[in-house]
Amino acid sequence: MPGLLQRWLKAAAHEVQEYVFLTGRAFAGLFRRPFYRHDVVEQFDLIGFGSLTVVLLAGLFTGAALASQTGLTLDQFGARPVVGRLVGASMVKELGPVLTALMLTGRIGSGIAAELGSMVVTDQINALRALGTDPVRKLVVPRVLAGIFMAPVLTVISDFIGVLGGWVVARYQLQVSSSLYWASITKGLYMDDVWMGLSKPFVFGFLIVTIACHVGLRTSGGTAGVGKSTTASVVAGSVAVIAADFFVTQFFVGFIY
Amino acid sequence: MATETRSQTAREILNEQGAPVVVFDHVKLAFDDKVVLEDVSFTLIKGHTKIILGASGSGKSTALKIIVGLLRADAGVVWVNGHRVDQMTEAQLMEVRNDLGMIFQEGALFDSLTVRENVGYKLYEETNMPLEEVDKRVEDVLGFIGLAEHIDKMPSELSGGQRRRVSIARAMAFKPSIMLYDEATTGLDPITATTVDDEIIKLRDLENVSSIIVTHQLRDAFYVATHMAARDRNGVVQVGPATPDKEREAEFIMLKDGVIIFEGDADALRSSTDPYIRNFLS
Repeated sequence: MPGLLQRWLKAAAHEVQEYVFLTGRAFAGLFRRPFYRHDVVEQFDLIGFGSLTVVLLAGLFTGAALASQTGLTLDQFGARPVVGRLVGASMVKELGPVLTALMLTGRIGSGIAAELGSMVVTDQINALRALGTDPVRKLVVPRVLAGIFMAPVLTVISDFIGVLGGWVVARYQLQVSSSLYWASITKGLYMDDVWMGLSKPFVFGFLIVTIACHVGLRTSGGTAGVGKSTTASVVAGSVAVIAADFFVTQFFVGFIY
Repeated sequence: MATETRSQTAREILNEQGAPVVVFDHVKLAFDDKVVLEDVSFTLIKGHTKIILGASGSGKSTALKIIVGLLRADAGVVWVNGHRVDQMTEAQLMEVRNDLGMIFQEGALFDSLTVRENVGYKLYEETNMPLEEVDKRVEDVLGFIGLAEHIDKMPSELSGGQRRRVSIARAMAFKPSIMLYDEATTGLDPITATTVDDEIIKLRDLENVSSIIVTHQLRDAFYVATHMAARDRNGVVQVGPATPDKEREAEFIMLKDGVIIFEGDADALRSSTDPYIRNFLS
């Protein structure tokens, strides 16, 4: 048993070490030539614009469901008019960033791991290296940049659509007037909340993409290995997002608020 | 100044016929407990062909990957074009790879790029060559290999043989002086395999490319060793039987369990009395 535990710990430590090396090389790749601009633009489009539909739908229904659920609870205290405050704060600080990140993990994390994993098992990564291209600069750096910068953009869109979904329910189901709803949102939101909501997606975007790239590039075992990598990327990415959410929240609560 | 003179001398030596362009000196490699290469030494002479034979798992492809720097040997020395690649970093290896073309098993074409983008990949992405010149070079190379009409197709639209030939075109587009073929004809029917063999011969004899061919396809190995390409009076390329001198420029190596058990030309291989080689050839 200790032998088994020792092997597991060694494997886990090795995995973390490789992940740190990859992120370090990706970071270094930002400042050295060559810089593959076309790939960066392509990834911004794929990760950003390509994820818009799923993020819009997730945000809209989350905001609507949130308003509907909280409306019932607030009724018990006669506080139905402040439903906007609850929807706004929840979407901006927590649900918008986390749900957008989880959607991105499912859509982008799995896609990156499958794509890079397939390239590994079909020797395309080795072919890139043999042709004088560093796969980290060509494949990882553009994806990391797109992940870091598009996750916040998508989160802001998700927040807005979520609040809009909440307004539909508040206005037509809970019969809260529109002016009351929007006034309640602006009253309930502080700049610190906005900073927290905007900081999280930078961290989440970085984690989702770097984990997916790391898992994809370490694929082995043919097509079955690609399947395993895809699953591992989504699982590890989702757990990392939720864990990081806790730590970022603690940081803001402890040092900023 | 002294370094510049020395590197110039090295370049001059490497440009001469008979210069050693790849040297494998007592190379060893193991993955955990499994020894892949035990003690392998050989030299590839400029313009010559080295054909590495052996059963699956004998370490043939591993040797090629060590030459390109995709794998690092545990011990021994590897020289490629005057560079000691076993001690180089990945960034330093990029310069060595500028003169190395490698054809992978199954082609390893980039499946999201067209044939044109695949063939011109290195020139489009890694050089400052003007786009018109790259396009011209890609068209020339595809014309040389007989696939000009497929230039805008995706790799998935090509047959297995066409994919291998595009892979050869991709490797030769940037005019490397050394080509490494990893099972370039495995899985192809004999007729298609011969077209790939002809491309290997043409590159070697018309472009003076040094080649290392890894295969377990004996028919293709002997075909490449015993044939040569030349242009006739009308400039048309003909592939025919090699002269005895040309035949001797192709040398066979037989690997067994990570060790070289035979090294010599086609005639010596045919007349070998080693039971393993006899069994392999039969």
